[in-house]
This record gives sequence, C-alpha cells and structure tokens, in this order.
Amino acid sequence: MDMNRRQFFKVCGVGLGASSMAALGMAPPPAYAETIRHFKLASTRETRNTCPYCSVGCGLIMYSQGDGGKNVAQEIIHIEGDADHPVNRGTLCPKGAGLLDFVHSPNRLKYPEVREAGSGEWKRIGWDEALDSIAKLMKADRDANFVEKNAAGQTVNRWLSTGFLAASASSNESGYLTHKVVRSLGMLAFDNQARV
Amino acid sequence: MATQDIIARSATTTPMPQVRQPGEVAKLIDTSKCIGCKACQVACSEWNELRDEVGSNAGTYDNPNDLSAESWTLMRFAEYENPDSGNLEWLIRKDGCMHCAEPGCLAACPSPGAIVKYANGIVDFNQDKCIGCGYCITGCPFDIPRISQKDKKAYKCTLCSDRVAVGLEPACVKTCPTGAIVFGSKEDMQVHAAERIVDLKERGFANAGLYDPDGVGGTHVMYVLHHADQPSLYAGLPDAPAISPLVSLWKGVAKPLALLAMGATVLAGFFHYVRVGPNRVDEEEDPGEPTVHTVDPSVHVVDPNKQP
Repeated sequence: MDMNRRQFFKVCGVGLGASSMAALGMAPPPAYAETIRHFKLASTRETRNTCPYCSVGCGLIMYSQGDGGKNVAQEIIHIEGDADHPVNRGTLCPKGAGLLDFVHSPNRLKYPEVREAGSGEWKRIGWDEALDSIAKLMKADRDANFVEKNAAGQTVNRWLSTGFLAASASSNESGYLTHKVVRSLGMLAFDNQARV
Repeated sequence: MATQDIIARSATTTPMPQVRQPGEVAKLIDTSKCIGCKACQVACSEWNELRDEVGSNAGTYDNPNDLSAESWTLMRFAEYENPDSGNLEWLIRKDGCMHCAEPGCLAACPSPGAIVKYANGIVDFNQDKCIGCGYCITGCPFDIPRISQKDKKAYKCTLCSDRVAVGLEPACVKTCPTGAIVFGSKEDMQVHAAERIVDLKERGFANAGLYDPDGVGGTHVMYVLHHADQPSLYAGLPDAPAISPLVSLWKGVAKPLALLAMGATVLAGFFHYVRVGPNRVDEEEDPGEPTVHTVDPSVHVVDPNKQP
C-alpha cells in the first residue's frame, strides 16, 4: 500500500489518539458485580408474634427497619415464619406468608368504629366510649333476655341472645380468662376458633 | 457472594476464578407432596418485594396465568387421566428457574456480566448490566426469564442468592407448609429424592424418579416426579431439555465472523477515506431531468426552477 507523507501522519495520529483514550480509561471497564443484592435483614430488629389468621397459631418473626434507636420510627419490612416455633417450624401458608401486606393494608382496622342504627357512615370513637357502649348494650340485652329457669323450673342461667367471638392467637392464659368472663355471664354461643 | 464465587459470566472471555470450591446447593421440589397452596409464590413476592398486577382467571388454578417479571415462581396445575389406573391425577408443579449447571441463558447473553453463575450453582441476573435484548429467553430450555415492561430488563428466580449467601434457605423453601420444597447440598437432595422415590414406588408409582436433566448439565432445582418417564405431563416440563442449537451457532460461529466482517468494513472504510478521500460534488450542477414530471399537457404546470 502506497500513501503519501500526509496520509501516513493521519493514520499514525488516529492510532495514537485511540490508544491514548483507551489508556486513559475511556475503554469500557471490566466491571464485576460484587453482589447483585444485599441481604435486607442484616441489622433489622426482630419481634416474635403469632399469626392472627387461623387457630393453628404459627409463630412469626417480624423484621423492622432500624435498630430501635429513639430517633427511629420502626416499620415492619418483612415477616416470615419462626424456625424455632414448635407449631410451624418456620413454615407459613400463603395467607401467613403475605402478612406484611395485611399489616400495611390501607383497609386495616386500627381503631374502634361505630355505625349507629340508621346511619350509613362508620364513625371513629375512642376505646373508652367503645367499651362503655358495648357494656351498656350487653347489659340491656342480658337484662331483657336472660333465662334463669327452664320450662321445668330448673335453674339454667342462660343468655342465648348474644354470642362471643374471640381470637385464635390468644395465649392459654388469655383464653382461660375469656372463657371465665363469657361463661360467667351465661353466654353459650362462644367461639375461640381453638379447634385444631 | 464475592466476586471470587462467580465462576461463569455472560459474554466474558477472560477466565473466571476457579479456586474456591464451596459445595453446590440444590432445591428439591417433591410434586407428590405439593398441595398447590401457593405459599411459595407469596413468600417469593414478599422476599423479593414484587407485587404483580392482579390478572384475570383463565379457567385454571394457575394464578397468575404465567410467569412474569414480577412473578418469579408459579404453581402450574395439570390434569392427567392415567390410562393404566383410570385415575384422574392432579399434577402440580412449582415452575421457576432451574439453575442449570450449563445455563442456556448465560450462553446466549451478549452483555458482559448480565448473567453470572456462582460456584454454589446459582444462576443470577444482574439487571444493572442487562440490555433487555431477550436472548436469555431464547437460550432458556425451560422458558423462564421474562422482560419487564417497566424497565425492559430480564428477571427470573434468583434462588434467593442474597439469602443463600448469608447461609439461609430460599424464601419458598422456608415457607412450604407440606415440606414439598426442601433445600440443602446437591448430594443431600439427591439422597432425599432417592428415599422419596422408593416410597412412591411402593405406593404404585412404578416410574417415580428424579428430574435432574443431563441436557443442561444437571440442575440446581430438581423435581421428584411420580411419572419421571413423562415429564411433559407436568404442564409441559421438557422431556429432554437442551440449549437451542441457534445459541451455539450464533455465539460459536456467527458472532466472531460477524465481528471480523464489521472490523474489516471499518478498516476498509478508513483506508478508503485516507487513500481516495470523500466523494466530492462538482460545483456546476447537472440540470438533469425536469423537476416536475408532466403527464397531461393540457394541465398548467408550475415549475419552481423556471422563472415566470
């Protein structure tokens, strides 16, 4: 290949420029991924709890952001089964496995609400007001419908017009207390969902 | 996992570190124990912070209908009428990445480092380097990777590489209530599978066996199947998965030749420019054809090049 002096300098100049750029780091770097994603629970605060859904009562660990320092608003970022819990040994069903969304659901009930007779609206009320209202309604119903003696004249002390639903995730102790309160009122329709 | 644990990397010709030898891990899915509860799907979404769109029912229990960039695992339900026993069998398979020892996605990927294989057997996608070309989908014999419509990058099951790296089991394994999904070293999982297969054979499934196909060098997600002679019964699990020959044709033969041709073209162009120079147009333009083509002589024509 024959080229004149000017052409030879052009070739040399371009070659020098390209190799200088590469040496200066303009060439694509041989990047290596150290970790694609980091373990997200490394320093979270762990709290034990019991799954609120069914009466199996699986153990959970709730992982919240921050180490508990006073300036941190704790927020649950992950929930999974408690491997040391004898009931489930770490496993969770699809409902339990999705508890994080249950906790953060916009539809979650966070405070007592009342829909009074004739009203279409739910109204937020305080706990004291709610408990007082429940107590009044219970007393009124019990006074009206309590059955002291049956047709044969035997003492039965039944209250059949009100039922009680309690939680499956209660401990034995709170279950015992619930049972005592409900039965001492004479209530028969009572479910603690403790059937497993 | 550290860079020393990456033993294969897409579109990379420099040798990868091979010194560290951690044991290979494996996930074993026992289709005979699976009840199709989808806890694994939920646990996967929770761990990986994925919330797929709510779709519509397509007439089966498959929910969602297919894998997506935000659903990395999926229970696939198949109904099979067994001609020998006359029984209707409901075959449920947890679909997702198989973490092949010879990954077709990694072989097909043109972007350096977008797909890596760790020494423990996990095949992982690095979306940072993904160019969204979709070759991994072509390369995958199991049709697993999906391109996200949000960021045009490919996603799939990671075998919870972030959990496994710190000594935990994948999220789906931990949650499985029936113990249909188990996790451990590959050897232990093969031993576990062998026990299950003996049990299944005693219960009348003469063809029970382990699905760990050789066509992709074995997998790090294995199945215990009641009908290991017919994997395709399980919602189209490939009977003999293999990497498409197009992948080796493109990456093995066509790509170097094409690169050579491209390089030669650039070089030829450069030397043509230096030796011959650019094509110059003469100052005096050739009048050539008239600008306006006259079809009907009776129609008045305005030619902008002619003065009125």
